[in-house]
Amino acid sequence: MTSQSTTGREVRPRPRVQITQRTLRRDTWWVQPLVTFVVLLGFVVYSTWAAFVNKDYFYEPYLSPFYSPCLGSTCPESVRWAGVVLPAFITPAVVILIVPLGFRLTCYYYRKAYYRSFWQSPPGCAVTEPHTKYSGERRFPLILQNIHRYFFYLGLLLNIVLTYDAVIAFRDRHGNWGHVGLGTLVLLVNAALLWLYSVSCHACRHAVGGRLNHFSKHPVRYWFWTQVSKLNARHGQIAWFSLVWVALSDLFVRLTATGTIPYIQFF
Amino acid sequence: MSEIERHAYDVVVIGAGGSGLRAAIEAHEQGARTAIVCKSLLGKAHTVMAEGGIAAAMGNVWEQDNWQVHFRDTMRGGKMLNHWRMAQLHAQEAPDRVYELEAWGALFDRTKEGKISQRDFGGHRYARLAHVGDRTGLEMIRTLQQRAVSLGIDVFMECTVTQLLKDGDRIAGAFGYWRESGRFVCFEAPAVVLATGGIGKTFQITSNSWEYTGDGHALALRAGATLINMEFVQFHPTGMVWPPSVRGILITESVRGEGGVLRNSENKRFMFDYISEYFKQETADSEDEADRWYGDHVNNRRPPELLPRDEVARAINSEVKAGRSSPHGGVFLDVATRRSAEDIQRRLPSMYHQFKELADVDITKEPMEVAPTCHYVMGGVEVDPDTAQSIVPGLYAAGEVAGGMHGSNRLGGNSLSDLLVFGKRAGEYAAQYATGLDARPAIADADLDGAGRHALAPFESDSGENPYTVHQDLQKTMQSLCGIIRKEEELRQAIDVLQEYKQRVPHTSVEGNRQYNPGWHLALDLYNMLLVSECLARAALERTESRGGHTREDFPQADPVWGTKNIVCRAEGDGVAIAAQPLPEMPDELKKLFEEPAE
Amino acid sequence: MSYEATFKVWRGNADGGAFQDYTVAVNEGEVVLDIIHRIQATQAGDLAVRWNCKAGKCGSCSAEVNGRPRLMCMTRMSTFTEQETVTVNPIRTFPIIKDLVTDVSYNYEKAAQIQAFTPPADVKPGEFRMQQVDVERSQEFRKCIECYLCQNVCHVIRDHEENKPKFAGPRFLMRIAELEMHPYDTADRRKLAQEDFGLGFCNITKCCTEVCPENIHITDNALIPMKERVVDTKYDPLGFLWRKFKSPDSKRSRG
Ligand SMILES: Cc1cc2nc3c(=O)[nH]c(=O)nc-3n(C[C@H](O)[C@H](O)[C@H](O)COP(=O)(O)OP(=O)(O)OC[C@H]3O[C@@H](n4cnc5c(N)ncnc54)[C@H](O)[C@@H]3O)c2cc1C
Ligand code: SF4
Ligand code: SF4
Ligand code: FES
Ligand code: FES
Repeated sequence: MTSQSTTGREVRPRPRVQITQRTLRRDTWWVQPLVTFVVLLGFVVYSTWAAFVNKDYFYEPYLSPFYSPCLGSTCPESVRWAGVVLPAFITPAVVILIVPLGFRLTCYYYRKAYYRSFWQSPPGCAVTEPHTKYSGERRFPLILQNIHRYFFYLGLLLNIVLTYDAVIAFRDRHGNWGHVGLGTLVLLVNAALLWLYSVSCHACRHAVGGRLNHFSKHPVRYWFWTQVSKLNARHGQIAWFSLVWVALSDLFVRLTATGTIPYIQFF
Repeated sequence: MSEIERHAYDVVVIGAGGSGLRAAIEAHEQGARTAIVCKSLLGKAHTVMAEGGIAAAMGNVWEQDNWQVHFRDTMRGGKMLNHWRMAQLHAQEAPDRVYELEAWGALFDRTKEGKISQRDFGGHRYARLAHVGDRTGLEMIRTLQQRAVSLGIDVFMECTVTQLLKDGDRIAGAFGYWRESGRFVCFEAPAVVLATGGIGKTFQITSNSWEYTGDGHALALRAGATLINMEFVQFHPTGMVWPPSVRGILITESVRGEGGVLRNSENKRFMFDYISEYFKQETADSEDEADRWYGDHVNNRRPPELLPRDEVARAINSEVKAGRSSPHGGVFLDVATRRSAEDIQRRLPSMYHQFKELADVDITKEPMEVAPTCHYVMGGVEVDPDTAQSIVPGLYAAGEVAGGMHGSNRLGGNSLSDLLVFGKRAGEYAAQYATGLDARPAIADADLDGAGRHALAPFESDSGENPYTVHQDLQKTMQSLCGIIRKEEELRQAIDVLQEYKQRVPHTSVEGNRQYNPGWHLALDLYNMLLVSECLARAALERTESRGGHTREDFPQADPVWGTKNIVCRAEGDGVAIAAQPLPEMPDELKKLFEEPAE
Repeated sequence: MSYEATFKVWRGNADGGAFQDYTVAVNEGEVVLDIIHRIQATQAGDLAVRWNCKAGKCGSCSAEVNGRPRLMCMTRMSTFTEQETVTVNPIRTFPIIKDLVTDVSYNYEKAAQIQAFTPPADVKPGEFRMQQVDVERSQEFRKCIECYLCQNVCHVIRDHEENKPKFAGPRFLMRIAELEMHPYDTADRRKLAQEDFGLGFCNITKCCTEVCPENIHITDNALIPMKERVVDTKYDPLGFLWRKFKSPDSKRSRG
């Protein structure tokens, strides 16, 4: 009797269909990874430069989100965080950016984006990838993706600080409340987008209720879970918006500080 | 034929739909060595397509519901031609069979109390169908499949049985071929359970797939078993009509259960004109009452759109004939103006999907066009109600291939429950029979040789007809001469034409070799389709009345004398012989259930 | 509204094969499967193809149409121009049997390895009480028609045959998630998902979700939540300790 597999068929190794083309897709599947590649690369280049220049990141009352909280000894006095003093050769941004960088690098959405566009694993669906070996997220370093939730919690702290910055921007250059400038709005939107990004995170979705199995026994957490789930469905879009906006916020402060654009005040 | 692949089991179940899987699970649990054989991959049988639900009087939504009411609905739906004992067992045992599915992992939609929710369907007095959106069959087959796999039952997929083998008058096994390689395989087993489903592929417009070639019906006949009620074919009232390539694909009755109504080209809810005497008492006669019913079943009568399927199918047919049809020859089924878009998408997701994808119709905005489609065969192997055994010792049948349970017309939702109730019984009794035998029956080599020769015949000639052409012709014959409305001349003509097919079918020839060759497979299936077609035509000619799934233009009324008789078919020579047989007598305590007023 | 279309259909078996050209009539409203059937009935009687329902319900007719994993019965001809050549080949991740039919036994083997639904011993049939919200998540996954298009497109095995023994594929990781989220399932499937079924291979690039004909959000609703649950038990020492401290970690007490 021939040996049986669960299908009742004989077990013998068999080849796949021999088709040599890498893909038979005829649509423009390569556009999306290309755009992702360009935008992400642009962001990386800009933020690296911005993190190292260590100047023009503050223009009373606006502090660039890249440099907040301002921990270095080089920080202007009105925004310097007491107690924490970094050696002068490390810019505040380099330290702070570890949190958003780690958060976004381990984000489920960005992982998809850069695995596809940078690592080409896979470049597109039903398009053969260029690697001969693949072990996924099972080994070091990629197994570290699993610490995403710790970055999520750190990210929340950072959101609080950046929200504080946005609130502070309601004071004018002399410390009087009631001021609203273009920068106030920029920082406010920045904080809002970052909150949206955090709240729509998969780790958040899991923590508020996703980990439960019997929703009806936890009506409050279920409600939160449904709300987070709605946002979570747009997490990818929020990720892009917030990313671009953070960079624009920094750029805005920079341009204001260097006097390239005038200081605009509404109230 | 000495090198043929052989397997020995106690029970071999042919078919991996709801009934086959349930039978195999039971046989296995009774301790029998069990195998399942099926033509398609596991999980693809027809059961996967069932949409609406499983009828079981659990009383979760209407506590007034109980097995007696379900029994009564079933018998009345079948125009009293059902085997009363099957209908009784079915109504009594269905709830437990459904609960069992839940314990095996099925996730039905829920009521507010957290119980299994139940929905309305045609012919059922109370909301009775356990369901999961409109993909109940998928839930059922997946649950059973997962159960069977976890028990470690052997499954032979893509393996077609072409013949049953006997030792004297008893079953000894089954012979078939692997679709993949075309090689033969023999199952030695004292008990065989047929669970092969229906015969719909003999018709042109059908909701059934390529598998429904009446294999089980034909295998049983050739093995000496009898078929009963073969004249009764259910034409489901709502099949798709446009575009042509999807003609016949089913639109679930749940659309009407969820409030959908039928309209003709004059925008009239015509079903009010077609309420027969038989159902007058329990059917609403105004749109107001019909609409109130959805919220209050106790004080209102049901809308006529939810009459049993045969009534609705005939009504649509008449509207179309009277020239009040929709643009492509059907009528309109409108749910868009009756329920919110959100409700429709939530309650009928796969219908929404199906129309959007296949017909470019948004059913939340526009009505659907519908017309009757061949859906189900009430007729099947005559079995003992309690054990599911045919007159051939060792041969069992359950599910659509078995006859008697549904009488002349099946109620929606009663099939899935039938599969479970009688699948379990067939498995149980087959196991008991097989393990209780003193000696295993033996298979004669000559029988295997014969079966092999027969299977290879289509490769003999290369000048014969194309099997696809013969199939299409046969479908046309059956559709036009034995379809939804029948009359004597046409049935006689059908029988004559079928004699010609007896010449054509053995003389088809196929291209290519034995490896996965659909042309060859079809050439063999044609024999089965031809045999069941003959049963159908002969029985339909004999029954000179109209009842349930059998409508005679020349005898439009039900005849009380015919109401006491079943027609039984048996194989004779290369054809079929039929005989009328009195209905089994219903015990008095059950008869009483029909004396009470309908409301 | 009928026209003649050019089809390239892969024909062959394990010994080899090639695309063959067919010129075939196409009528209004037809889908790719109709055309394949017409080729079969009129030009190539032995053309092997699987199908059952022709309505996107059984998941038999999976193939690649113009390079994209699709159900042939749900791919309308109107999505192509009349001049366009339509290429149809069998799914590439599984061994070829013949023409458009492949050997999908990998999937049945993986399915058999997953521990069945395991309810508590003291709950009898008929006693289950669950609200709609309790079952909805798993119900989404149970919409799966087992077309295996997700398994076919997943680069973990599509591009790396050697991963097959260690990776169950999106369909079956989703099945584990479905059971894991079932209110009455008592088995802890988190470590197994990672260690035996290869959840860690998945790099959440979402091709499975992209091709799923049932529009199941496989990655977002099954794989990622499952990854988070794995983190709970394997990679989150602080959270683990915190929950241990709050309540002993049996599955039922996970709510
Ligand atoms: C579109 C549609 C919707 C429906 N909706 C409902 C509903 O809502 N409620 C309801 O109660 N009923 C419904 N029905 C009816 C019901 O689904 C079927 O009657 C029922 O599923 C039949 O189940 P079965 O177990 O008898 O056979 P099937 O599920 O059809 O299985 C037959 C099996 O037999 C195998 N087989 C056949 N011939 C051979 C052979 N020669 N050798 C080996 N194997 C063979 C096949 O491979 C298959 O595995 C619906 C039917 C259709 C088509
Ligand atoms: S998301 Fe994961 S499982 Fe899905 S295709 Fe990508 S790698 Fe495979
Ligand atoms: S999850 Fe979707 S793509 Fe995967 S097998 Fe199921 S239905 Fe097919
Ligand atoms: S931040 Fe993107 S998933 Fe957590
Ligand atoms: S034939 Fe069933 S999904 Fe295509």
